[in-house]
Amino acid sequence: MSRTTTTVTLFLVLGLSVLLTVLNLGTAPDAAFHAPTYAVSLTGKYLTFAILALSVDLVWGFAGILSLGHAAFFALGGYAMGMYLMRQIGPRGVYGNAILPDFMVFLNYKALPWYWLGFDNAIYAMLMAVVVPGVIALVFGWLAFRSRVSGVYLSIITQALTYALLLAFFRNDMGLGGNNGLTDFKDMFGLPLQADATRCGLLVASAVILCLQLLMTRYLVTSRFGKVLIAVRDTESRTRFLGYRPEHYKLFVFVLSAIMAGIGGALYVPQVGIINPGEFSPANSIEAVIWVAVGGRGTLAGAVLGAILVNVGKTFFTAALPELWLFALGALFILVTLLLPGGILGLLSRGRKAKPITPAPEPAE
Amino acid sequence: MTFTKPQDTILYLDGVSVSFDGFRALNDLSLYMEKGEMRAVIGPNGAGKTTMMDVITGKTRPDTGRVVFGKDIDLTQLDEPAIAALGIGRKFQKPTVFEPHTVWDNLLLSLAGDRRPRFTLWARQTGEEQDRIAEILTTIRLMDQKDRRAGDLSHGQKQWLEIGMLLAQEPELLLVDEPVAGMTDAETEQTAELLREINRTKSVVVVEHDMEFVRALGVKVTVLHEGSMLSEGSIDYVSADPRVVEVYLGR
Repeated sequence: MSRTTTTVTLFLVLGLSVLLTVLNLGTAPDAAFHAPTYAVSLTGKYLTFAILALSVDLVWGFAGILSLGHAAFFALGGYAMGMYLMRQIGPRGVYGNAILPDFMVFLNYKALPWYWLGFDNAIYAMLMAVVVPGVIALVFGWLAFRSRVSGVYLSIITQALTYALLLAFFRNDMGLGGNNGLTDFKDMFGLPLQADATRCGLLVASAVILCLQLLMTRYLVTSRFGKVLIAVRDTESRTRFLGYRPEHYKLFVFVLSAIMAGIGGALYVPQVGIINPGEFSPANSIEAVIWVAVGGRGTLAGAVLGAILVNVGKTFFTAALPELWLFALGALFILVTLLLPGGILGLLSRGRKAKPITPAPEPAE
Repeated sequence: MTFTKPQDTILYLDGVSVSFDGFRALNDLSLYMEKGEMRAVIGPNGAGKTTMMDVITGKTRPDTGRVVFGKDIDLTQLDEPAIAALGIGRKFQKPTVFEPHTVWDNLLLSLAGDRRPRFTLWARQTGEEQDRIAEILTTIRLMDQKDRRAGDLSHGQKQWLEIGMLLAQEPELLLVDEPVAGMTDAETEQTAELLREINRTKSVVVVEHDMEFVRALGVKVTVLHEGSMLSEGSIDYVSADPRVVEVYLGR
């Protein structure tokens, strides 16, 4: 990925979200160029998926950690935001309880569980959206990388991590809404979530955060740190004999990546209006890996483009030919792996011989 | 064989044994090296040469015995990065360079310095680092290849790049595993010259199969066999030693 690809991606993301905002808020609903609110939220959702893809590409493309559980960090960030939004409902719930969310009243809770305390505060909730995924990634990564677990084994335990969380969050005893998850949100920072302006604000916020993350990860992978990381990815034992501690490098990017994904999840929930345990489903994490592979592993901007393109395809397919979507996705992954190991960006750069920002990774394992 | 430890040793192996699944790769191996010495280690396949390197660099932990670096640092208690930081560098049998990076970046990552993420995150190339890299590139004769991908180098060039990476680490002790494997005669000659050059300031252990090369180095030779030391002395001495002859020429 060249500097140009990054710049084009930044302009595309920011331009698209500003354009949609203007066309949504600045035109009458019956005008020819009016952008419907669902399009605004749908695009916002794509951008939060792009954030997840970027976080996957950071660990997979540059540290060789094929995480098949990254959607778990996204979902944890989402739950933190969801808990804040639940508390914002206040007495407007069906049962009218000012403190307890509806599902707790229904399940005969007498008081808020301790881990719900503080979530009425927006700043605390946002902090938790990064702290919880970060801490889980820290503990998980510390154990895995210190024991030198890598490759397929690591992928399998990341998958187990998200599956374990899926089962835990399904339980009603978890106090997080069980099967139904958290929903019926009313407002955020005192702004009604159904209002067009709030929706547009969320879209623009997603775009800005995605762009900041893209710039940050680009700095990271082109720095000397990034060079060490790539060396670790390809020749881990050699870096040890040079005096580097690969586990520290991997742990750093793994935690950073989990935090990035958590922020993505926190932006996702208010735009789709619900978070439930289904977000922890292993298939979600695998889908995120496919977005990255389609866009181009180890290219950052490619991950963003891949996530957006595949999800546009998904929206179209699931409406037009719903039963075919999963087959299409599977076929896409096989075709990309076989024919386009560099993804879409790899194809583009082959066309005009663009210089990669960092050395290309070996084809996916 | 027992040793009295002399004064100025850089490396001292004392009764080191390593077994893998019942196979004794090293069997009560003892040897010492003086500071500034260059030592050639030879021996038939399976003699324990690479295992000895693994033990010194922390890749393998011995079952028994001590490995002392310098005055009194016990290497058996340390892991690879800690040992590398103490000043022991290693070149592998199969040239192992960072293939996607340029020759320049391979050396940059090898330069002695802070290895922690919090440093490399913000590190900028200093003039001093650039001078040092240029100096090494001249020594290893790869100046005109500096912007090439290391993966695109020829086999011999990769060997030199790896030696260059060793130099960049500024170790006190270099362990060099089969540096001339797969090299042309001219390259072999240049490599011998390069190692002698390096030996002016550093201690070097060279593991090699190529007897001509060992002869060209003209240093003390240790012969390993079945995990222990069989013979030690000049190349002429060891090649005349009947035990060595038997091991090499077969029973």
